Amino acid sequence: MQKIGVFVCHCGTNIAGTVDVRAVAEALKNEPGVAFSTDYQYMCSEAGQNIIKNAIRDNHLTGAVICSCSPRMHEATFRKTAVSAGLNPYMLEIANIREQCSWIHKDTAAATEKAIILGKAAVAKVNLNSPLTAGESPVSKRALVIGGGIAGIQTALDIAEAGFKVDIVEKSPTIGGKMAQLDKTFPTLDCAACILTPKMVEAAQHENITIYSYSEVAEVKGFVGNFSVKIKRKARYVKEDVCTGCGACTEKCPQKKVPNEFNLGMNKRSAIYIPFAQAVPKVAAIDPDYCTMLKTGKCGICSKVCTAKAIDYTQQDEYIEEKYGAIVAATGYNPISLEKFDEFAYSQSPDVVTSLEYERLMNAAGPTNGTLLRPSDGTHPHTIVFVQCVGSRDISGCGKPYCSKICCMYTAKHAMLTREKYPDTEVYVFYIDVRTPGKNFDEFYRRAVEDYDVHYIKGMVGKVAPSADGKLMVQASDLIADEQLHIAADMVVLAAAIEPDKSARPLATMLTASMDTNDFFTEAHPKLRPVESPTAGIFLSGTCQGPKDIPETVSQAGAAAVKVIGLLAKDKLTCNPCVAHSDELLCNGCSSCEKVCPYGAISYSDKEFKMPDRTIAIRRTASVNAAVCQGCGACTVACPSGAMDLNGFSNRQIMAEVDAICR
Amino acid sequence: MSGTNSDLTEQVLRTSGVNVRKCMRCGKCSGTCPSYGEMEYHPHQFVYMVEKGEIDALMKSSYRCLSCMACVERCPRGVEPLKLIEAVRLMVVRQQGQNHLKADQIPGLLDEELPQQAIVSAFRKYSK
Amino acid sequence: MKEGQTIMIFSYYPGCTLKTKAKDLDRYARKSAEYLGVTLEELPEWQCCGASYPMARDEIATKLSSVRALMSAKELDHDLVTVCSACHNVIKQVNNDMKNGGNTAKKVNNYLNPEVEYNGETNVIHYLEMLRDKIGFDVLSKAVRKPFAGKKIAAYYGCMLLRPGKVMQMDNPENPTIMEDFIRAIGGDPVIYPYRNECCGGYITLEDNCIAEKVSGKVLSSAQENGAELILTACPLCLYNLTKCGPENKIPVYYFTELLAEALGVKNEGGAENVGNEQ
Repeated sequence: MQKIGVFVCHCGTNIAGTVDVRAVAEALKNEPGVAFSTDYQYMCSEAGQNIIKNAIRDNHLTGAVICSCSPRMHEATFRKTAVSAGLNPYMLEIANIREQCSWIHKDTAAATEKAIILGKAAVAKVNLNSPLTAGESPVSKRALVIGGGIAGIQTALDIAEAGFKVDIVEKSPTIGGKMAQLDKTFPTLDCAACILTPKMVEAAQHENITIYSYSEVAEVKGFVGNFSVKIKRKARYVKEDVCTGCGACTEKCPQKKVPNEFNLGMNKRSAIYIPFAQAVPKVAAIDPDYCTMLKTGKCGICSKVCTAKAIDYTQQDEYIEEKYGAIVAATGYNPISLEKFDEFAYSQSPDVVTSLEYERLMNAAGPTNGTLLRPSDGTHPHTIVFVQCVGSRDISGCGKPYCSKICCMYTAKHAMLTREKYPDTEVYVFYIDVRTPGKNFDEFYRRAVEDYDVHYIKGMVGKVAPSADGKLMVQASDLIADEQLHIAADMVVLAAAIEPDKSARPLATMLTASMDTNDFFTEAHPKLRPVESPTAGIFLSGTCQGPKDIPETVSQAGAAAVKVIGLLAKDKLTCNPCVAHSDELLCNGCSSCEKVCPYGAISYSDKEFKMPDRTIAIRRTASVNAAVCQGCGACTVACPSGAMDLNGFSNRQIMAEVDAICR
Repeated sequence: MSGTNSDLTEQVLRTSGVNVRKCMRCGKCSGTCPSYGEMEYHPHQFVYMVEKGEIDALMKSSYRCLSCMACVERCPRGVEPLKLIEAVRLMVVRQQGQNHLKADQIPGLLDEELPQQAIVSAFRKYSK
Repeated sequence: MKEGQTIMIFSYYPGCTLKTKAKDLDRYARKSAEYLGVTLEELPEWQCCGASYPMARDEIATKLSSVRALMSAKELDHDLVTVCSACHNVIKQVNNDMKNGGNTAKKVNNYLNPEVEYNGETNVIHYLEMLRDKIGFDVLSKAVRKPFAGKKIAAYYGCMLLRPGKVMQMDNPENPTIMEDFIRAIGGDPVIYPYRNECCGGYITLEDNCIAEKVSGKVLSSAQENGAELILTACPLCLYNLTKCGPENKIPVYYFTELLAEALGVKNEGGAENVGNEQ
């Protein structure tokens, strides 16, 4: 017979306000197996924990029931208390009389009765508990960062500085992401490339960082501490270790009509290309969709002019496998497609551009070398209209329901930079709200209005009609003046909503990481655990978790790195001992459990059994990998012969709880 | 049927099925309305007026809307201001003798080529 | 008639205006359909659809004639084709109400008390959708005998064919292509201009034609300044508004079925004059 101690917590008035805790302690004293019963105001406090410890020691208790808040709050706390008193932590159960009782009922008599029943069930279970020992699994001391934008780079740098090895996998031929396409960044108006490229170079040169550019994650297996990942290195047709990045091939390549994705299709590049001058790695890649040699077998000019002999038309995709202890998702964002917003004439006029396209037009390394020119005729624009919230805060089904967060600030930035460079250009911004929550953000936007004379109008553009003389007739409402305005603009800039990169969803499936309906990775807790996925070992960095600007991205990247470092610093991870196990004498080899296991923790093998008649029979039986098993219990339910059972939640224990409730 | 303003508001909301609280005051409806210059109250205003219960004022002045559905198509919140206008018109014309367009006015407005489609839809929108 | 072409049959709802002030729109629709191997069977009994869709949730009586037309088509087991933009808009929206099974659907079924309830089973398509989806614009362009040889034609959609986008589902309401594809199929050179999907003024022309003039005027100037030589439309009221308004040297407005008939070479039977693809 067990000697169980019952400890009922008041939780201030959270529990005691509705449940008569003294009565509960009294009632449970008489339960079979209970040797000690008491109540206290705050069991989780140091004083409360001391009560538990002393009671365990003085009464030689073999088990404990804590009637308190949800086990999600303090099960870990009380288990540690038990250990420090010399009691196995799995001989302790929590009866949730707060979230499941006092917080949801108003009638004190009924609530008290329910609390007593919940306590009885817990006691019945502990009576059947056996001490469990947690297993251990090793940790591979290497981290994988998926995505080489500012978020991925920063996370990798922080992890590498702590002394751990990191691999960055980036799907385009260079790291840098969206920040490499920006001109200046708010609120400081630093040149984006000037602050990013040192970090890119640092990442390339750091002894702990390996960059796999032009690569994608193909497969992920395993679990926290022991991920096994297959990475596909796409064929560049250029030898990465030989190419010097001199660029001679890009100059001589005859195929010069490829839309340049770095400039969002606003100019052209060659079939063999280096994405931009500061690319890391500075290695050319051949675009197989446009290369004449790869498509028809005729040309080969780049190979002839390459002094380093780096061109290799026979190169194949390569697959490598690597083991990692932690994985960080940093896949970034893209502006949405504007095909459902043609009231703004985006498809009809080249002078209607998205903000990212405008950023490229302003950039000194952009398609017009930094001079702001209308894409249609190369003339200087004298009137520019900025439209906010195109596709954001939109529940009509055409756009995204959320606010994209960065657009108010970057539009203020565009407006201010335009006015500064071209004082003769009139700039209008049509807004619904101006959202400037960060440090120095509101002051920044007010400078645009007050010092740079940007016309901020509360209202929205209803239609942009390109007229035959090349102007864009903008029809908009001014809500404060109660007027409909008609402005003849030279350019219209649309602040398009941002959405997660399309590679995020298939990646989430590979990682079994959860995602919300907008394809943002979900965090384990929106306030208290913002950089971890609920899936152990997967961490989140940057806009893949939600829209954010550069200061927030860098903060979050550092936070994700710290979590990774905390994981990799351990030599061993403690496993959850509440795992399934199969009684091989009862197992009939049907495979039902293997099929329902979401974690791939069950495998089958042939085993020899000595039969009663002294012969040896070979039978197929299940065995559970305790390190992978998460204790979900699906196999236990599926098993038709009752061979599968769950440590700490055995069938007998569950039935005992039910019996106690029904008594 | 000319009840108190709150009765009328309730009827307008019920007849139209519009949730005026979805409106985020962006003004795109007014920005896109082709009839803006002719109206006394503009789309973004009449959504707010219905919310505040100023139906009386609206009942006198809702006849310049073309029912073109530009506001319905382009509103990012799915508010459908046109439905409110039609509901307000119904508050007027469902009262005896309160049709905006009366049958004896028609002969004076006709011309040879006018398709009867115009007369029928005007009657639909302005009368009962 | 092409040899070996299967004959398609559709139920046809002309609408009252097509029987009176807009006979051309109807006549040329039928002639062209016949030539392309399509039989448009006019519904045996139909009433005026009302020309505009009542948005109020408790308007039931005004939707009944549309439901009767839809039920008739369902009985005959054919898709229902409409030509007039306004009829198409009303009937399609009413059909959508009946599909949703809400308040309107229940009350209508209760009142009409048919043997079998009507729940939006009939498929309502516009004549242009019939050309695009059932016949195919490529088949159409092969059947054209007198192509419009590069004539700059502006399509005028008006507001009824495309809005509300979620229900009409004919095309992208802000960037449609169906009429431009039609123009190409009959050999013309489509002109894209920003006011092709904006209202002509509609019924306000009855009471206050100044407003109609203003908005129609915008449509016409926009088409004209983009180089259009003529405009085509599917709605009798749009044709009326556009023809009455606009600048002095305004461009002519035609029904799309008239141009279709001319391109197919079936227009002149009966002495009708050509629009001018023979310069």
